[in-house]
Amino acid sequence: MPGGYAGKWLEVDLSKDKIEEVTYSDKILEQYFGGRGLAAKIAWDKVGDKWSEMDPLAPESPLMVYTGPMTAIYPGTRICVSGKSPVSMGTVGSTAATELANEMKSAGYDGVTFMGKADKPVYLLITDNSAELVDASHLWGLDGEKTLIKLNKEVTDELTKRKPNVGLWKDPGMIYIGPAGENLIRNAAVLAKICHAAGYGGYGSLMGSKNLKAVVAKGRGTLPVVDAPEATILLWKKTHEHLMARSAMRRQGTGYAGYAVGADTSSEPIRNWQEEWHDEKSFGGPMFETRFWVKKKWADFNCTTNCMKVSCIKTGPWKGDITDMPDYELQAYCGTNFGIFDPEANIHLSALADQLGHSGINGPNTAGFAVELHQRGILSDEDFGFKPKWGDVETFDKILRMMAYREGIGDVLAEGTYKAAFLIAKMKGKKPEELLKYAVHVKGIEVGAHGTRSDADYTHDISYAASVQGGDHTSVASDGYNDMSGAVFTDSAVFCNFTYYGVPQSLVFDFAKAITGFPMTLHGWRSVTGPRIVTLQKALLMMGGPGLKWEPIKDDDNPPRFYEPLPSGPYKGKTTDKAVVDQKLQAYFDTLGWDNRGIPTKETLKKLDLAFLEKSMAKLR
Amino acid sequence: MVKPIWISRDYDACSGCRRCELACSIHHEGWMWPEASRVRVFMPFPGLEVPHLCSQCQDYPCIESCKFDALSIDPDTDAVIVDREACTSCGLCITACPGTVPTLHPGDNKANICDLCGGEPKCVEVCVEAGYNALTIVHEEPNIHRKLYSRNPVDTARDLAVKMFGEKGLEVIE
Amino acid sequence: MTSIWIVRDYENCSGCRRCELACSFHHEGWMWPEASRVRVFMPFPGVEVPHLCAQCDDYPCVESCPVDALSVDADTTAVIVDRDACTSCGACYRACPGTVPFLHPADNKATICDLCGGDPECVKVCKEAGYNCLRLVHEGMSPNRKLFSRNPIEVAKDLAVKMFGEKGEEVI
Repeated sequence: MPGGYAGKWLEVDLSKDKIEEVTYSDKILEQYFGGRGLAAKIAWDKVGDKWSEMDPLAPESPLMVYTGPMTAIYPGTRICVSGKSPVSMGTVGSTAATELANEMKSAGYDGVTFMGKADKPVYLLITDNSAELVDASHLWGLDGEKTLIKLNKEVTDELTKRKPNVGLWKDPGMIYIGPAGENLIRNAAVLAKICHAAGYGGYGSLMGSKNLKAVVAKGRGTLPVVDAPEATILLWKKTHEHLMARSAMRRQGTGYAGYAVGADTSSEPIRNWQEEWHDEKSFGGPMFETRFWVKKKWADFNCTTNCMKVSCIKTGPWKGDITDMPDYELQAYCGTNFGIFDPEANIHLSALADQLGHSGINGPNTAGFAVELHQRGILSDEDFGFKPKWGDVETFDKILRMMAYREGIGDVLAEGTYKAAFLIAKMKGKKPEELLKYAVHVKGIEVGAHGTRSDADYTHDISYAASVQGGDHTSVASDGYNDMSGAVFTDSAVFCNFTYYGVPQSLVFDFAKAITGFPMTLHGWRSVTGPRIVTLQKALLMMGGPGLKWEPIKDDDNPPRFYEPLPSGPYKGKTTDKAVVDQKLQAYFDTLGWDNRGIPTKETLKKLDLAFLEKSMAKLR
Repeated sequence: MVKPIWISRDYDACSGCRRCELACSIHHEGWMWPEASRVRVFMPFPGLEVPHLCSQCQDYPCIESCKFDALSIDPDTDAVIVDREACTSCGLCITACPGTVPTLHPGDNKANICDLCGGEPKCVEVCVEAGYNALTIVHEEPNIHRKLYSRNPVDTARDLAVKMFGEKGLEVIE
Repeated sequence: MTSIWIVRDYENCSGCRRCELACSFHHEGWMWPEASRVRVFMPFPGVEVPHLCAQCDDYPCVESCPVDALSVDADTTAVIVDRDACTSCGACYRACPGTVPFLHPADNKATICDLCGGDPECVKVCKEAGYNCLRLVHEGMSPNRKLFSRNPIEVAKDLAVKMFGEKGEEVI
């Protein structure tokens, strides 16, 4: 087994209550690495040519919870959740920072593949070289916070009971779902650590569809042995030196961006992206920091980026709400995008989204979409049961709850922005296009809080349009091969983006080589491994699912809103240039060896050792 | 080294990065092994991180409790030294410790206690280097307060929770 | 050296006010808290707020001066006061979103942090004491800077709630 891997994966058949250990060949691991890459491959292996007919929420749909070979050893522990996405029909490597990842590795496992559906709620408990399914009926229906509190206590007690005489048992690592996942809200998140989430992809609903409430692990073994331990330790120290030099990130996290991205780069969603500029100083980082950041030194396992800050509201009706910062994405999506510029309200709505089990980006995007439909006269007060208003906390508090519990209009919104547009169009006797022009998604995935119109942010023309993960702001497409060594790599090696940027890429690839022993190079990832994973993801995405097939070129595009001119701010009048998008899209396809409709060619599939896709791709060409 | 030394712990400053566990295990075990680390960071609720390690009580109840004389005091550092040959894994030291600090090592199952790295603790090095300063070295004589830090980390976290979250803090740990 | 900035981490401020002493030693040759370019406000015991120029990216004070007595130091980005030109009109402190400048207790001229030419004395003593409330960072200009130019009583009100919870609403 190459270094960095614990060496075995679990396969859990929830229908049959059966757990097996499996392993993968060195070749597969070198080709797909782990996390996002390996999950796409195993998903294909499990489903194959039936992909386009398989409902992602059906029992036969696989769910992957994978680490990668660099997880926990490279700074910034993370877990990758993947499978057939209920929103995009392709796969998304959705990652969250959680100690589950390092605990799983210490327990001797690199990941878990879930199949089937349990007949009652369960959670998987992983301990040293062992795993079992535990009844979770008493946890079903609980919000994120209570789930975490109860699980922490009961698992620690259970481990102490089993082995009482080794000293104190430490808390386990875990991921879990809230009511949104249980109620199959299509874009629900998998949560961790009260305010962390694997949000993109909608894997919360995939977990919910399997009656799987949580995955918990506590291991006592070493982190996996590596190919070159001395070099690894040296590189570990070097990498941390780079991370510790990032003063602004360590001090502010992304919690200062809720003001700056709006005021400076003019790319922050406001009222469902009707604007992207504001100069609301009340929403500045220091206003969060001074009043609410009760802990400013906060990091996950093996991380010195220190981008997290614990926020707590200590007075008023929301007293006791706890969340992280909120980070920029949630400042935007649970703040400015609702027309809310008050830190306290933003913290409340962020904490609420977390506790309900929403993805704090995707669920609130749908809520903002709904309120714009009301503004445009498409939805009425009666549809909501009250009068929704921009900037009103009660409005969004209610909508987020109605979605999580599928009450009233929430039942339709629970299908995510894209599907909801069709359902509401039908409900109101309108053409879908009339509603889709307000739907800010790409390939069913609601777009992260970085606009393209000002062109002043890191997101540009084809960032989302060409991405195999649609609106995911953590994994955007760019010209040439650059993005092939970005998130495609970190989500497959499985560690955090924020422990990657700011560290020289050559150092990171030396690190990868020292861990695994694979002959890894930046060039190799950019030209072969990255393109292999992305091409596989592209194929699965374009195969689609029942009732949902993306149309090449037409759907490889930005949301219509991104072509409207910015109405305000220093970039007023600017917009994304469709001609540039079309031209760069073709260049992107060309670089990756896809045809002019973005379908991988036979030669490319052969070159990347993806010939198993040829039959399905031939149908699409 | 100027003796005596003590590792002061400032719980509010702990980020939960657990590099102390990695540095400790790299030093003592040659590789990253959080559960074999002599310092372990408990996190009974996110945000409440409690580094848990020997505080060198003045009366050393663990040493008193050992029936096989496997524990002794390092005259230079005041640290508790484990004679792994003599240790029988009986667990008496764990029960005698007011904070249940010692563990049985996940590898050889012997009592595992902080030895202050002979006077230059690696956990402190990485914590100070990162600017957290949750663990710092102080040059202070043994005193009666040390023992008060030998406390169940979940109890410590309960207190921290109230300090951080107010009334809500009473609810976050079962 | 380009673009330095003094970070202020209010919770770390002990209220020892050695920063004021070090600043006045450097600029005035003796201990003179009220002449210090950094002043620690304490509207309620325990709630200490160091108050000093944040070098806003648009320098409203420099803009406001009718006699061009204020300029920006090209190396440090600090605001430099030409004391001969200053007419003590007070336009600068009225223009400042945090009312940071003040008129010097002796010569009555506008007094503003000059970052000690790049090596601020206040930071040195704060760091030396292990408080690290004031720290020097090498970071480019940012719109966030201006948000620190804020009335210290307003800052203290927020801090009070974070520290004391509901009681914090009452103490200032």
